[in-house]
Amino acid sequence: MPTLTRFFIKAGLLYFVLALLTGAAVQAGPFLDLPANLMALQPVYFHLFLVGWITQMIIGVSFWMFPVLSHEEPRGSERVGWFVFLFLNTGLILRSVAEPMNVWVPAEPWRWLLTVSAVLQWLSGVFYVSLIWGRVKGK
Amino acid sequence: MPPLSYWAVRASLIYLTAGMTAGSWLLIGKALGVSEAWIWLPFHIEALLLGFVLQLTMGVAYWILPRLKTPEDRGNTVVAVLAFVFLNAGVLIGSLWPFIPDGAMWPAAGRGLELIAVVLFVTHVWPRIYPYGKY
Repeated sequence: MPTLTRFFIKAGLLYFVLALLTGAAVQAGPFLDLPANLMALQPVYFHLFLVGWITQMIIGVSFWMFPVLSHEEPRGSERVGWFVFLFLNTGLILRSVAEPMNVWVPAEPWRWLLTVSAVLQWLSGVFYVSLIWGRVKGK
Repeated sequence: MPPLSYWAVRASLIYLTAGMTAGSWLLIGKALGVSEAWIWLPFHIEALLLGFVLQLTMGVAYWILPRLKTPEDRGNTVVAVLAFVFLNAGVLIGSLWPFIPDGAMWPAAGRGLELIAVVLFVTHVWPRIYPYGKY
């Protein structure tokens, strides 16, 4: 398994645990007398699960398993793959902090961090599609 | 990768790009207080969950699941093609309704088409899930 794939899958597994912990905290809040504003974590829970876990798993496995591009560069540019990893994870972590903080203590820096996180996640998607597109092909 | 998988996976990558573009715009809208951005929420959800994740899964399953010992070794191609056609129609109709006047019934229509797609796909793929040594 390529190093990049291992990073994607292991990061994905960490997000899986983190997502379920976040989801459990949101759901258990009313029963455990936790602060009501924990509901601000609901979108973070969805995105930790769907971007951090599911999407990251798909990216990692497709980078590993999809048909090879060429003899010289069987999986395409690994450097682009690392940018995908970096942008996706930085964007998601920034979002996970800035989105609830912008609800709890609204301030300009959180709004800018959210904007940066949106751009980073978008870039990760565009870079991934550009990386894998040529490998979606017949024999 | 067979042609149907090729088209389905590429379509799923287009949905990924479009869905993430909508999602980024939603997040920027949330940060900067642009309430008009919320009109893209149904498209963001539908494009990524069904257009990307489900379609990619179906496309890869069609490619990689065990083949049959019949002339059409991946099963009835027409049924599989119809599943992808219904899925894409369902995703588009079920997600773009906020942009269509009197589009309130469209989400239900989209779900109906997606249901037909899933039933067709399950019907198609069912015989390809078999134990070692059957053929």
